[in-house]
Amino acid sequence: MDIAHSGTPSPLRRVGIGDGLFALALALAAGFALSQYGDFMDIYDKAILAAVVPALAAIGWAWKPFRGFLAAAAALAVLSISLYGGDLARAEQAFFLKYLISSQTAIMWMSALFFIATGAYWIGLAARSDFAEKTGSALTWSAVTMGTTGLLVRWYESYLIGTDVGHIPISNLYEVFVLFSLITGLLYLYYEGHYATRRMGAFVLLVISAAVAFLLWYTFSREAQEIQPLIPALQSYWMKVHVPANFIGYGAFALAAMIGVADLLVRKGILASRLPPAEVLDDVMYKAIAIGFAFFTIATILGALWAAEAWGTYWQWDPKETWAFIVWLNYAAWLHIRLTKGLRGPMLAWWAVIGLVVTAFAFVGVNMFLSGLHSYGSL
Amino acid sequence: MRQRSFSRAFYELISSMRFAVSLLTVLGIASIIGTVLKQNEPYNNYLNQFGPYWFPIFEELGLYAVYNSAWFLVILAFLVLSTSACIVRQTRPMLKDMRSFREHAKEASLAAFQHHERLHTALPTDSASQKIQAYLAANGFQSRTGAREDGVLLAAKQGSWTRVGYFLAHSAIVLICIGGLLDGNLPLKIQMALGGKTTTSGNQLISDIKPESRLGLDNWSFRGNVFIPEGKSANVAILNVKDGILLQDLPFTVSLRKFHLEHYSTGMPKRFASDILITDKASGKSVEKTIEVNKPFEFDGIMMYQASFEDGGSRLHLVGHDLRTGGRAPFQTDATVGEAIKLKQDGLDYTLELGSFRPFNIENMANEEPAETSTVARLEKHLGSGARSVSKKDLRNVGPSFEYRLRDSSGQAREYQNYMLPIEQDGAWYMLAGMRETPAAPFRFMRIPMDQDGKPDSWFVIRGALLDKSRHAEIASRFTATALGAETDETVRGRLRETTRKTLELFAIGGFESLGKFIESTVPPAERDKAADVFIKILEGSAWEAWKLARSTAGLPAVELDQKNGRLLRDTLNATSDSLHYGAPVYFQLSSFEEVRATVLQVTRSPGKPVVYFGSLLLVLGVFAMLYIRERRLFVLIKHNGDALVALSANRKSMDVEEAFQRHRKAIAALLDPAATPPAQS
Repeated sequence: MDIAHSGTPSPLRRVGIGDGLFALALALAAGFALSQYGDFMDIYDKAILAAVVPALAAIGWAWKPFRGFLAAAAALAVLSISLYGGDLARAEQAFFLKYLISSQTAIMWMSALFFIATGAYWIGLAARSDFAEKTGSALTWSAVTMGTTGLLVRWYESYLIGTDVGHIPISNLYEVFVLFSLITGLLYLYYEGHYATRRMGAFVLLVISAAVAFLLWYTFSREAQEIQPLIPALQSYWMKVHVPANFIGYGAFALAAMIGVADLLVRKGILASRLPPAEVLDDVMYKAIAIGFAFFTIATILGALWAAEAWGTYWQWDPKETWAFIVWLNYAAWLHIRLTKGLRGPMLAWWAVIGLVVTAFAFVGVNMFLSGLHSYGSL
Repeated sequence: MRQRSFSRAFYELISSMRFAVSLLTVLGIASIIGTVLKQNEPYNNYLNQFGPYWFPIFEELGLYAVYNSAWFLVILAFLVLSTSACIVRQTRPMLKDMRSFREHAKEASLAAFQHHERLHTALPTDSASQKIQAYLAANGFQSRTGAREDGVLLAAKQGSWTRVGYFLAHSAIVLICIGGLLDGNLPLKIQMALGGKTTTSGNQLISDIKPESRLGLDNWSFRGNVFIPEGKSANVAILNVKDGILLQDLPFTVSLRKFHLEHYSTGMPKRFASDILITDKASGKSVEKTIEVNKPFEFDGIMMYQASFEDGGSRLHLVGHDLRTGGRAPFQTDATVGEAIKLKQDGLDYTLELGSFRPFNIENMANEEPAETSTVARLEKHLGSGARSVSKKDLRNVGPSFEYRLRDSSGQAREYQNYMLPIEQDGAWYMLAGMRETPAAPFRFMRIPMDQDGKPDSWFVIRGALLDKSRHAEIASRFTATALGAETDETVRGRLRETTRKTLELFAIGGFESLGKFIESTVPPAERDKAADVFIKILEGSAWEAWKLARSTAGLPAVELDQKNGRLLRDTLNATSDSLHYGAPVYFQLSSFEEVRATVLQVTRSPGKPVVYFGSLLLVLGVFAMLYIRERRLFVLIKHNGDALVALSANRKSMDVEEAFQRHRKAIAALLDPAATPPAQS
């Protein structure tokens, strides 16, 4: 009897052939990107690309379904790029581009799929229907796949406008709203798998739907979807690390707040028989805030490093910086109370919900109401 | 004794969790203030915003620079103090806890753990102990054996490093605050208080600034701006402090060779870069370098950043068109951006303050399209690539423009914005001349029509005639002759002549506005539209006569009254009417220019930066260690009598603790009593 393996070992030990292939595929893809587009990258961009390979491989090892999702999104993006063949006008001529996998269309599909998924999860919750919840799950997976494809293709399209225009599509409010929806969706799917319950989807998908609704308004009323070139301050490799780290934070905080809402309802006895027990919700809320806080810390530090290079000072109390600091303080206090005092219950759930208001203000409100250096998307 | 108990209580308070969380909350709320009120604006703006009563009160409260105010620094100081006290308070017990295995724990206390279970062992104590030790080691536990009378206690732990995370994260906060303090304006405040430095207004020449407003090379922490026009150099930086400035001497001289300003086709800025030459004062060595946004450069421990750019004194060659009746012929004058020139001749007494110059302006000249109404059509337009613009765009460079202020002898000024080139609007070309009375108002534009030669000259000629009272009689009789043709009745002719003269007279006073007022006061409402039509016809006819007359006097060929010229006449009348409210006796046209740019470099010496960066690194390591290294203690008590107890504790309650306990319990139960439990699946 081999006692060493009788327990559940750490996830990294569960590496199978699939994981090896996944890592290999990632490395090959990065190598291909390097050979194909290396001329557009500086040394830092290349280093980031290299670092992304082990990062994604690790996510794939710890969370198996991620591999399929990434493969699908990458395959769709490659298909789209090959259909373009270097000519932007093809978006109007090729059927698959126009109606499926050009960037705008893919993002529209993402929007629609998120909406339908929200409906499916709610039907599942109301009718206690396993089938509806599974449908919701599948739709959410499809939505994040389409959204990721959309962003990847948008990245390519920006270079077709002009090589001096091309940039990673996380540079303005429109693009980061897509990113926010994707990251929140993926985080949710991870917890759905980890806790083996689809009951939280109804709540988490609400906040994603709200983001998507904003995105659509922003598209149709403000024409915000048009790719814009980068102003000099944004032309930096720092954007590739600062922005995604930030949105893991925002996405996780948003998710925690929605779980907080569910938690409060369960504690009041509303939907208690349909939702996971408060203990589980509490745990998810903590995990989300912990990961959000960790990444938000990194993001803020990366932002400071970037600010030092672009604006000449790592911290100057610009409204966005200050609000990031307030968000950070808020969750720092939350974690202190929970971890040191061991406090549980409705108070922390309320706090997480209010935290979303603070986070939303830092994310969107600052752009709407305050002016400062960080004004990269106005309403 | 009392003293001691007080300091003890104070220590207890500031190192307490309650205090820490309250402090975080207070800090958060205090930070909001500075985001609501724009910080570090010129003091005049605040005075305008709050009025003379509140302005000094808010100044005293430090609201114009919240993050540098004494009270904010006090809050931060408390954060440092509280965090330090926390670290001091926790260190010893934590280190002790990290080292200890608690291999002498009492059975009763183990049985009080939330996660515990009594088991049975079928093996002799020794071999059971060995097996369990092997299991613990394989599962990443460090263990210690505590022998006791009735058996043996295996005390194991893992993840003690999470405690180190605590130290890292909390020391990081202290480091970051201290580093930030070094780079803030505290050092400057101290120099001002102790070193007798005072700010100056900044309205004098740099060489005139006194030593008490200059900071020497030994200043180890500063942040200032260096302004350098192309072809010039600078060796001092300007520090903005409250409503004044200080000068910072630099150990080198920076010369600007060239400033690069590139734009995308949309007019959005694409690249700001300064080609500079730095010469070290001490060694005389020079370095050539290009500084760009996101690409700073360090020299002599001083970082230099591309902060902004300005006009460095562009030279504009202007043609002045005298708008006064009987004014002089167009004259030439030169002006430099940022400077003022006196216009004092021919009865003029004005100062022209040339404010800014833009070498190009990108405007969207597309006409508004009717919005798509059907949802499907709207959706369709938003499909496809993100490169496509949904609304029609016609971006065009409409050429250079400049802004200036014209100040009269009493000190009153209006602002003007003129374009160098004519701009096409609704199918015709105009010179746009903007004017506003207050800086807050938008510019209102007078559209001077271009004639068939593509020049504004015809407008000046016709306008001159229409507004010149001495020529009204002649224009009126010529108009009457053209309008009435063969009509011979002298009373009819006389009446029209008089009406025309009167119309011209009124128009010359206040343009359409005076005519409108006249109609309102003399014509009954029902007939006003008709009357207005008549007046317009008279004005158009008169303008036409005035133009013909002027051309023949000047010996120019006659013009046809076609559609184009008809429109020119109408535009001429509109612009003439507007010109009566232009408020300036001269219209300045830009004939040519020599652009000179200037760069603004930010120069900083920030000794706290490495401290802050090191603190940030510790913070990240600390946060991850605290949140993701799980501390677990596993106790297995094996008694000689065959009883056993397994208990698990964790530093935090969470769902995976129970899961981990069940996993270990099952495995250990199987090891202790292989016969009773089926072997665990591997």
